[in-house]
Amino acid sequence: MKTSDLSLVAGGGLLDRRDFLKRALRYGAVAATAASAAPSRSHASERAPSASLTPALPQQGGQREAATSGAATIADSMAPWMTSLGGADVAYGSPSAHEREVQRSRKFDAPQTAGMTMWHTPLAALQGIITPSGLHYAVSHNGLPDLDPTRHELLIHGLVRTPMRFSVERLLRYPMVSRIRFLECAGNTAYNAVSPFVEDHSCQELFGQVSCSDWTGVPLSYLLEEAGIKDGAAWIIAEGADGGSLTRSLPLEAVMKDAMLALYQNGERLRPSQGYPMRLFMPGWEGNLNVKWLHRLELTANPAYTKDESGLYTQVLADGRIQRFAFTMEVKSVITRPSAGMVLPEPKGFYEISGLAWSGHGRIAKVEVSADGGESWAEAALQEPVLDRAFTRFSIPWRWTGASTLLLSRATDQHGRVQPTRKQWRKRYAAHSFNHYNAIQAWRINRNGRVENAYA
Amino acid sequence: MPTLEKVLALLLLAWAGAAGATEPVIGLGEALTEADLARYDITVFPDGRNLPPGRGNVTEGRVIYRDRCAACHGESGIEGPATRLAGSDGLFGWDDPLRIIRIKKYPLLIWSMGARWPYATSIFDYVRRAMPHTAPKSLSNDQVYAITAYLLYMNGLIEESAVMDQQALPKVKMPALDRSVSAWP
Ligand code: HEC
Repeated sequence: MKTSDLSLVAGGGLLDRRDFLKRALRYGAVAATAASAAPSRSHASERAPSASLTPALPQQGGQREAATSGAATIADSMAPWMTSLGGADVAYGSPSAHEREVQRSRKFDAPQTAGMTMWHTPLAALQGIITPSGLHYAVSHNGLPDLDPTRHELLIHGLVRTPMRFSVERLLRYPMVSRIRFLECAGNTAYNAVSPFVEDHSCQELFGQVSCSDWTGVPLSYLLEEAGIKDGAAWIIAEGADGGSLTRSLPLEAVMKDAMLALYQNGERLRPSQGYPMRLFMPGWEGNLNVKWLHRLELTANPAYTKDESGLYTQVLADGRIQRFAFTMEVKSVITRPSAGMVLPEPKGFYEISGLAWSGHGRIAKVEVSADGGESWAEAALQEPVLDRAFTRFSIPWRWTGASTLLLSRATDQHGRVQPTRKQWRKRYAAHSFNHYNAIQAWRINRNGRVENAYA
Repeated sequence: MPTLEKVLALLLLAWAGAAGATEPVIGLGEALTEADLARYDITVFPDGRNLPPGRGNVTEGRVIYRDRCAACHGESGIEGPATRLAGSDGLFGWDDPLRIIRIKKYPLLIWSMGARWPYATSIFDYVRRAMPHTAPKSLSNDQVYAITAYLLYMNGLIEESAVMDQQALPKVKMPALDRSVSAWP
């Protein structure tokens, strides 16, 4: 099947993802799997020039003389790694040495923030919905504490019947739950929220403060019930054991319903940059209040108005009022392939558009993609699983015409919340307000294949 | 099939609801004594709750600020590289014509503590727990009162002769309070 056999579903060369399904059905053998929810992906990637979006592996120098006589061995014409015994494996594996360029990027390096660090996830280099733990984004306001887990404790006090402390060893004996959930910094994509002119940043720089993991831990309600909540308790002040004792106030009602004391990430104990040995995890809520290195919970009648809820994590509305305690991260999406920082390797031809969508309010219901700057839209395939407050992977086949164009994605969640345009979003906030930006993102495809940040 | 989670939730509910019941279902937590808590109990609230005894004035604060804070926050609290502590909020402003250039260089200068924070008590709380950034918790309560006084004075919110302590600090009114709205119902 040639890409010219695929039918167009919208302008700019967007193709019908169902064509792949029909093709699969014709082969019969794969009919059973083709009936599943997102069958187009496997076939799409089989035909997509996906490797060409990343640096290609150099041709190996195994071009020795072909075997011509009986004395020759089959090894003579093969790649060297196929003709020698391989090396040893290691106790704790890491990515291939050929993937070394897939790294988190450090933003706002010192001295710009005099020490506050922000590491961004390389979203465009990843597939699926799980972010490898070592590539999970991290904003650390006071560096990483060198913490001794045998001396670290969680304290619960304030408006409780019995103030309590829990050692890590004891917490690990509690019943646990696992949840695949995204985590996003309130300031993710802040450049596009505030810059009046488009700045040339990569997908990683613009969107890398969001990641998705399988988090495991103890529902916080178990521990709070154990301490016994007193009448009048309405807020909970969560504090970390980092040098600056990062602190946030959260409404108790929501914490009782949803909060987890996370101890594991993607199956293993938390990484130091995610709060080892434990962090607060509030699905769908802005990253900052998922307090890392959690060590103290104080139940109170009112919020504390800590540093972060006083300034950095507030929004200034268009009328000048300062909005506080806007916890939920809104519905949002980004096309990760192709995205700013990449160059399309072939002037025309087939590409699979692939990206991520998420909403702090629930599941993703649909993602539409436009390849003509928003004039026409087509619905992308959602890859299973589509989970509550998790990354959802979407994809749609595309035949680039070779002309300069804008690629857009627009997500809608299960409650019908749709991403606003940048103009609509900007209207709600003062010019210098940068948190909770969730407008539709545009990537400009230039004629030479270069992909850049753009405002639609 | 009820999940383990649901069963536990029901058990916890039953336990919480049973008046006089003292045996927790899981109960692996240990009692926290006053003494164990006291050293960590540092959060200060807008009504002044948990402010420690002590006092400090603007003149003392100015000296400590120049010595311990100005290198990162600037002589007048607006130059950066770290967060702007004084003056108005925003991309442009009459009080600082160079603002947009400063923000381009140091993005954290886009807002100002003096204009954005609703309660003066939060300044005491934060400086005591986290500043200076490279030596958190290294200032005495008196020093933190003095610096808080100086930062408030920098923002034109108290007189140069003012003294800050448990009584005075919660009474200082920050301009952001009247402009604040909560998104949480
Ligand atoms: C080594 C550099 C450095 C020094 C010295 C320093 N700070 Fe900071 N300060 C920072 C950084 C970085 C931040 C931002 C931290 C964050 O957002 O988590 C900050 C944030 C603050 C804030 C919060 C402002 C806001 O609106 O969020 C206050 C208040 C503050 N500092 C006061 C002080 C005082 C007072 C001193 C002196 C005792 C001081 N700082 C010394 C680097 C420094």
